[in-house]
Amino acid sequence: MLDSKDRIFDNLYGFEPWNLDNAKLRGDWDNTKDILLKGREKITEEVISSGLRGRGGAGFSTGVKWTFMPKEPTGKTHYLVVNADESEPGTCKDREILRNEPHKLLEGCVIACAAMGAQVCYIYIRGEFINERYILESALKEAYDDGLVGKNACGSGLDIEIFIHHGAGAYICGEETALLESLEGKKGMPRLKPPFPAAAGLYGCPTTVNNVESIAVVPTILRRGSSWFSGIGRENNTGTKIFCISGHVNTPCNIEEEMGIPLKDLIEKHAGGVIGGWDNLLAVIPGGSSVPMIPKEICDEVLMDFDSLQAVKSGLGTAAVIVMDKSTDLIKAISRISYFYKHESCGQCTPCREGTGWLWEMMEKMARGEAKKEDIDTLLSLTKRIEGHTICALGDAAAWPIQGLIRHFRHHIEDRIDQYQKESNQNYG
Amino acid sequence: MVNIKIDDKDYEVEDGLAIIQACEIAGVEVPRFCYHEKLSIAGNCRMCLVDVEDSRGLSPKPVASCAMQVSEGLKIYTKSERVKNAQEGALEFLLMNHPLDCPICDQGGECDLQDQSMAFGYGSSRFDGDKRAVESKDMGPFIKTEMTRCIHCTRCVRFSSEISGNDEIGSIGRGHDMEITTYLNQAVESELSGNVIDLCPVGALTSKPYAFSARPWELNKTETIDIMDAMGSNIRIDSKGLRVMRVLPRLNEDINEEWITDKTRFFWDGLNNQRIDKPYKRVDGILKPTSWKSALELAKEKISNSKSEKISALSGDLVDIESIYALKKLMKNIGSDNFDCRQDGSRISGPPERWLFNSTFNGIEDSDGCLIIGSDIRKEAPLLNSRLLRKSRDDEYKIGVIGFNNDLTFDFNFLGENPSIVEDILIENNNFCNDLSSMKKPLMILGQGALIGKDAQNFQNICIELAYKFNFINDDWNGFNVLHSAASRAGAMSIGFFPSGKGMITEEIISNYNNNKLDLLYLLGADELNLEKNDDCFVIYQGHHGDVGAQIADLVFPAAAFCEQNGLYMNTEGRVQESIRSTFPLGEAKENWEIIYLLAKEMSIDIGFSNLNELRNQLIEEFPIINPYREFEPLPSPKKDEFNKLNGHQFKRIIDSYWQTNSIARASSNLSKRNNYIKEENNR
Repeated sequence: MLDSKDRIFDNLYGFEPWNLDNAKLRGDWDNTKDILLKGREKITEEVISSGLRGRGGAGFSTGVKWTFMPKEPTGKTHYLVVNADESEPGTCKDREILRNEPHKLLEGCVIACAAMGAQVCYIYIRGEFINERYILESALKEAYDDGLVGKNACGSGLDIEIFIHHGAGAYICGEETALLESLEGKKGMPRLKPPFPAAAGLYGCPTTVNNVESIAVVPTILRRGSSWFSGIGRENNTGTKIFCISGHVNTPCNIEEEMGIPLKDLIEKHAGGVIGGWDNLLAVIPGGSSVPMIPKEICDEVLMDFDSLQAVKSGLGTAAVIVMDKSTDLIKAISRISYFYKHESCGQCTPCREGTGWLWEMMEKMARGEAKKEDIDTLLSLTKRIEGHTICALGDAAAWPIQGLIRHFRHHIEDRIDQYQKESNQNYG
Repeated sequence: MVNIKIDDKDYEVEDGLAIIQACEIAGVEVPRFCYHEKLSIAGNCRMCLVDVEDSRGLSPKPVASCAMQVSEGLKIYTKSERVKNAQEGALEFLLMNHPLDCPICDQGGECDLQDQSMAFGYGSSRFDGDKRAVESKDMGPFIKTEMTRCIHCTRCVRFSSEISGNDEIGSIGRGHDMEITTYLNQAVESELSGNVIDLCPVGALTSKPYAFSARPWELNKTETIDIMDAMGSNIRIDSKGLRVMRVLPRLNEDINEEWITDKTRFFWDGLNNQRIDKPYKRVDGILKPTSWKSALELAKEKISNSKSEKISALSGDLVDIESIYALKKLMKNIGSDNFDCRQDGSRISGPPERWLFNSTFNGIEDSDGCLIIGSDIRKEAPLLNSRLLRKSRDDEYKIGVIGFNNDLTFDFNFLGENPSIVEDILIENNNFCNDLSSMKKPLMILGQGALIGKDAQNFQNICIELAYKFNFINDDWNGFNVLHSAASRAGAMSIGFFPSGKGMITEEIISNYNNNKLDLLYLLGADELNLEKNDDCFVIYQGHHGDVGAQIADLVFPAAAFCEQNGLYMNTEGRVQESIRSTFPLGEAKENWEIIYLLAKEMSIDIGFSNLNELRNQLIEEFPIINPYREFEPLPSPKKDEFNKLNGHQFKRIIDSYWQTNSIARASSNLSKRNNYIKEENNR
């Protein structure tokens, strides 16, 4: 369990005001100038050695990503874009940061800009986050007024501008290149990669897109040292992480914990345990709706970090733990997730545009039991035909929950089909 | 060059190619829907996925071959199990919502989806739900839509923004509900819109005028050239029996690339309307059918009874070079020098470099700036406009326009409408001079509208002076260009079908006609004249449409249209191409050269040829520039000449209505529907 002294987001629950004065009392913006004056290489090295992996879901090393930016000025503006388009079902960690710790994010933006030679930072906020945007805008104004952002930010001699952009509430705009398209005023459709944003991103200029949480933890890492951060958690899965626990638990919550905490501990200690006790647990989706679910047998032992969850064919994703007890209709639940992906597919590429709709229709049938047992294999093969064949990861995200369901709960679906046939035989037979 | 392996065979291909292009060169077929060489990469159909292996090993998932470039040592697998699975998957998804209405779809037989389903598909579908239906859109009189068939490849969207340049087609909605539509459901207005019909890989966008009239395998295909404008676009005419059913573009990178204008694509129904199919003579003020024999006799009588200096001839915009040459010979034999091909009153003359598009169309790609003088280029040569659009995407590429301030689909610097601005630029009294002096290879495009009137030669001399002053002409660049809009103009000019020294020019012929000073006027397909019937002058009209020329004629010879006979045409660059017969002349109509030959024979004039080959050989011998088989070479730079201050020179608009510029187009109901449609929509 994480010591309270190691907690980064002291005000995660908003017990104290978010404003600049209070944030400073919590240690934000404390001598940021010195950090900035360390220079690009030092800051990046520190972040790399802390082992910080991107908190948006893919888990790529944040520091290494920064090194992809051009080392020398290219004559173009270099951009940092902060992805605050948090829409993954089950996830609400960035929202809390925006609400209660906006200055951690802003300070992180300034430091990250300095670390990759970016002059301009855009924060792309999800359309539904209205109050969060107001708070962030006020916080930004405070920071500008205090000389922390803007010309000669924090007295470091660097000019760093931060702009806040409000999205229109499309899930796909959380994909980094779709976000850039949306930011440019176009339809939010993912771009083909390569070129990666670090080569040609926003307006064709070198750009790095980072998650809110990845950026917000950077100032603390630099202040307390990379060895402190890498000392928390497991090897290659270091540091602290905000987990969002929802579903059939007694006290759903957001909690900052160390990486690699056992899932069982996380649920029992922080979320008040599963409703009806641990034995009433059916399955858990450990990382937001996109990752495959894991059944109770795996939940008993699994650790909450990138590598452990990957080993059980799931993923940490955004660390949004969705707990489902035995009262859950798993098939219906996954069907609802399929509907979500059908609704949010941008429509650009074939497998996702056509496939997500088809998956949803099949899932609805499965939920009613109105299918044949061979259809389960058809469904599985459809998910394989979408997975890996699309431009962005939304196709994969639509396929994985269904694969997880079939992998662990195939018998549930078969039972449902049997039951439906039995009932219809009774009715008509 | 890089070495790659495709399906375990070694190939050496150019660096920077996309994998799909490399496969094409190697003869390995990679299926595709959204990829098109002339459009930007979308990578959205996911049909062209292949496996690649480099030094880091096999790619974790198949990659889109249209979006990835080849690199040294790359191994490409186009037939692996994973690739096959991906391709079958993409096709299964595409066909899932695609209606199986091939029997009633006009694309049938030339449908990419049909072909690729057969070659790469799965055989049957596992989808048993309800298919999506999408409301069809009204895209105007040319494009028929059946949007349920759309596979969302976005080729039409990209075409609209990249080639035609007016962003008229786009997509709305997302995911399953994505639809291709026009802005606010308006008709598309571009002159190039018909190309989306060819681009559409399925039957979502098809040709409205051609709808349900033929199947591709019934058509007789003739590869020929277009004469609706002076670019000489390469086309294929598809005919069924005696009728032309449709016109399609042919690939020619030097001229039209892959596109043709809508006027070219849809003029064909004009070949069936208003045609002159037998000789006519005027009896009591009314044109009455007659026989060839009596028509030729009457012509002979009238010509013999006229004084040679009171006989004139004018040639039209759609006539082949051979016939004009034959007419010139006839006129010389009669003893008259009063012949002209410049119907619109243009005063171009002198050696070819003074009135050709010297930089060539491909030269536009090398240029770094452009000055357009007195030309409404979007109407006079829409495909040229599209090339300029492509160049204008570069911020450094500056385009100046003197003359007409019209929507050219790209941004330009409008310098004013007065020709005297050219004089200002010459004395460096204009803001555009700074831009001009920084250019190394600029283009000057002089429209015909700039070269009409008494002062035209002088104006052209000023332009040439300007061309030498700024880099339009230098030792290794010739960017002095004259743009024609009439297909036969350059050819007629190059065989000297205009008076030099003695003889009357068009303006004089017309004024003599109106002042009863002309005995006989021979119109060879000349329909762009604004003349009233004058009983004092006997008018012979030779042509294929009962248009303006035939209305004032006393004697009408029915002739073949350009696609009903073989003939040579020179485009505005000076490139000579042959138009090939695709159907036969209508009724009693004869080929143009033959009519002149018969008339000469009737008059007992030895005109020196008795068939087209002899005529052509003579022509090429006398004017080697007309040889269609010669290597196309750039011309020398035009010479400077003396010039004076401009005296009231004005630009003239030579095209009022883009859709009705010649007799075939005016007879086409397709084109007039389009003309009216836009007007009606504007009124609404």
